[in-house]
Amino acid sequence: MTFSPELEARFAKMLQSYPPGRTRSAVVPMLLYGQDEVGYVSQELVEEVARRCGVTPLQVDEVIGYYSMLHRARLGKYHVQVCTNIACQALGGEQLYEHASRTLGLGNKDVSPDGLISLEEVECMGACSWAPAIQINYDFHHLVTPERFDRLMESLRDGSYGRKAS
Amino acid sequence: MADPVKFTIDGRPMQAAPGTLLINAAKEAGIAIPSFCYYDGLALQAACRMCLVEVEKTPKLQVACTTPVAEGMVVQTDSPQVRQARKGMLEFLLTNHPLDCPVCDKGGECELQDMVFRYGAGESRYVESKLHVDEKQWSPIVFYDAPRCILCYRCVRICGEGLGVGALGIGNRGAAAEIVPNRGDHLECDECGACIDICPVGALTSGTYRYKTRPWEMEHIGTICTHCSNGCKTTLGVRNGNIIRANNRDRSGVNGEFLCVKGRYAFDFNENPERLTAPLLRAGGEFKPVSWAIALATVAKKLSELKARHGKFGVIGSNRTTNEENYQLQKFARLVMGTSNIDHHRTGDFATLLDTLSGRANALATTADVYTTKAALVIHSDLAQEHPLLAFQLRANSRHHKAHVYAVTPGPVREDNYGTGVRADPGREFEVLATLREKLAAETELIFLFGAAIKGAAIRQLVEFGDSLGIPVKYICLLDYSNSRGASDMGLLPDLLPGYRHVSEIGLDPGMDCDQMLSDPNLEALWVVGSNPLARQSLGATNAFLVVSDLFLTETARRADVVFPAMSAYEKNGTVTNVCGDVQKLSRGPKTMGTKSDLDIVALLAREMRADLGPTKVDDVFQEIRRTVRGYENLPFGVIETGGAAATAPVHGPVRFESRPELIRPTANGLFTSGTLGRFSGMLNGLIESPGALYRDPHVRPVIEFGSGQLEMVQDK
Ligand code: SF4
Ligand code: SF4
Ligand code: SF4
Ligand code: FES
Ligand code: FES
Repeated sequence: MTFSPELEARFAKMLQSYPPGRTRSAVVPMLLYGQDEVGYVSQELVEEVARRCGVTPLQVDEVIGYYSMLHRARLGKYHVQVCTNIACQALGGEQLYEHASRTLGLGNKDVSPDGLISLEEVECMGACSWAPAIQINYDFHHLVTPERFDRLMESLRDGSYGRKAS
Repeated sequence: MADPVKFTIDGRPMQAAPGTLLINAAKEAGIAIPSFCYYDGLALQAACRMCLVEVEKTPKLQVACTTPVAEGMVVQTDSPQVRQARKGMLEFLLTNHPLDCPVCDKGGECELQDMVFRYGAGESRYVESKLHVDEKQWSPIVFYDAPRCILCYRCVRICGEGLGVGALGIGNRGAAAEIVPNRGDHLECDECGACIDICPVGALTSGTYRYKTRPWEMEHIGTICTHCSNGCKTTLGVRNGNIIRANNRDRSGVNGEFLCVKGRYAFDFNENPERLTAPLLRAGGEFKPVSWAIALATVAKKLSELKARHGKFGVIGSNRTTNEENYQLQKFARLVMGTSNIDHHRTGDFATLLDTLSGRANALATTADVYTTKAALVIHSDLAQEHPLLAFQLRANSRHHKAHVYAVTPGPVREDNYGTGVRADPGREFEVLATLREKLAAETELIFLFGAAIKGAAIRQLVEFGDSLGIPVKYICLLDYSNSRGASDMGLLPDLLPGYRHVSEIGLDPGMDCDQMLSDPNLEALWVVGSNPLARQSLGATNAFLVVSDLFLTETARRADVVFPAMSAYEKNGTVTNVCGDVQKLSRGPKTMGTKSDLDIVALLAREMRADLGPTKVDDVFQEIRRTVRGYENLPFGVIETGGAAATAPVHGPVRFESRPELIRPTANGLFTSGTLGRFSGMLNGLIESPGALYRDPHVRPVIEFGSGQLEMVQDK
């Protein structure tokens, strides 16, 4: 399996940046960047990362099972993550998640039929000061009310979403 | 050696070498610190927190399994705080534990049961409902019940580090964490069951044993595995005359707790319904079951007649029968029948090695040496498949002592993953060895383990090469079956008596070898004991009277005139000699009605022929062997009698015999085959990995190894 030239260069550098015999340290970043490019962690990606890092595919799977940000199934183009952990919960995170689930018609980790949006209920993302918080792909959105949530979703659908939101 | 460290445990002043773990230092002094995840010989894990102790001046409790002793350390292992912590850890472990002990296989020998019994937490404050996960079957052998699992990682480590397979891992995390197999929903692995037996609880169970019995209902009989030449000690669990399980949890024997799939599970051949249970006599082209008296009388009459007119008679002995049986069998051929036409299926050229090494002491390696040698070289053998215990020993040696391992083989082998693997086509080994010369000569000592492709002149060449390195080299001639070495040592050879003396010493000429007997059209009678030569070729003497002793109606037995139903190794007493010359004792476990041991068959036949074969009891024959067979003279009887292994002393002096390399035929038995016995093991045949192939190891990939507490990846060094 080969990746884009940029990613190949990145991987090559990564494998150099750990002490000899510690290439398995590269498993997590490789998976993360590989996932961004492939769209999810495919079996092919698992085996490729295992081969390059000198570990077994099972050992790569152990890592994937541990980290919730690594996904074995294809996600939507926009992966919407709603926090329901303690601070967000106290400020309406659970209601926000229920609202999201109802209005999008998606359960936890479901993907919309058009592949545009996927939804996930997540634990604390470290944005507690601005709870309730959500994350769309790598971008945070703070103090999200149901109304703001709807507007965000609308912008995903009409293509106006794209810049880092306020 | 650095100065010992001084410290105090429970008020007792002690000392130990620097780096000693607290848990071991305490154990030395007879203080037990409870533990689940700590396991001798495996990487440190510190996962279970059962071993918490109080160390003065550290604010929190420390895990004794990863904390090394330090100068002036003051440790409490039984303070109220420690007791409370243990109870707390157990309460945690039990929150989701199903507590189905009354039906769990492990009940009665479960470490969790024992701990709760001893350290409390019988009552829980946890009232929420338990998380249920259905039990999973990963192979015909391995079943996993996640709720019972305490996540100690023992199974993961024994599979990765011990076996070098790495088929088990941990999936998910937190409360949802569980053990996962390497192929998603199933396992593709060695199927050795080491993970099952090392599991402290009943989370991993085996297809052969699960829900069949309770541990205390069985009789536990220590004997030797009958499947390969490595001679692992195995403890058979026998109930009502049936073998229910085999393991070696007491770590006795040359193998510690190691067993491969055959030793642990392929005992089912013993109860195969096709086992012969009555002597068979050919009458009008058909077999008819007859009494032992009739069968013995028929054979005795025939052989007496033949003997009287000096007709041609031969014996093909077995690679699986005991030393005592082989010894008496060759006596029968030589003393009763007056012929040296006796041989066995040779799977390696051990006699040539002995001759080449004549006059040297300490040139043959024992099983224990494989674990302690500084370096070893495997030539032309897929060790992990063909010699599972030796491969395990070598891997452990590399992990624990950083031994250097070299493999010169025609295809990929598991040793490549942690040693230096070099490919060499058969016949070109010496070219490759020459390229390794410098590296090998830089070692301080070596063991050469060589397969059957190295025979005859090549053995002499190998020893010359070893000598030229200028360092001490020991040798292991890799033979295939459980007592191949004993067959050779006990004189199942046409020109050699027991102890490698030449037959002329008793006034006989060298007899016919296997091939000659099978092809000679003038052979009048042949007795084949526990061997199946007619699977490969037909009998040249079409009218010869054929007597066969075996467990099953093999191709050879089908052609017989009389078939004696023989006992398996698990059903008799006696000694066997493993590939490294370690002599160990078989102990009788189950019984199959109607069968007799080959020792009894030989004795009864001799008596029927009014001939005197000397002792008839196993122990008496063994004493005679100790008195008369070179290499066996000084075997410590007590060690063997109590279940230990004693190495034979190599024969000093040249061996006079005709080297016949073309008679050496390796069986190429791998992990999942075992000659005739394997064919009758439903368990072996039911595995997806079976029959497997040599020099092709699809499920093995580089594994992360842990050495001396430090994380490091061992690849090609
Ligand atoms: S190789 Fe042995 S220890 Fe590993 S998973 Fe298979 S049966 Fe268990
Ligand atoms: S299955 Fe057994 S050995 Fe493996 S982690 Fe669970 S309790 Fe430990
Ligand atoms: S390694 Fe050989 S002797 Fe040991 S258990 Fe396996 S087959 Fe039996
Ligand atoms: S609890 Fe939601 S971001 Fe921390
Ligand atoms: S034995 Fe020390 S943490 Fe498990």
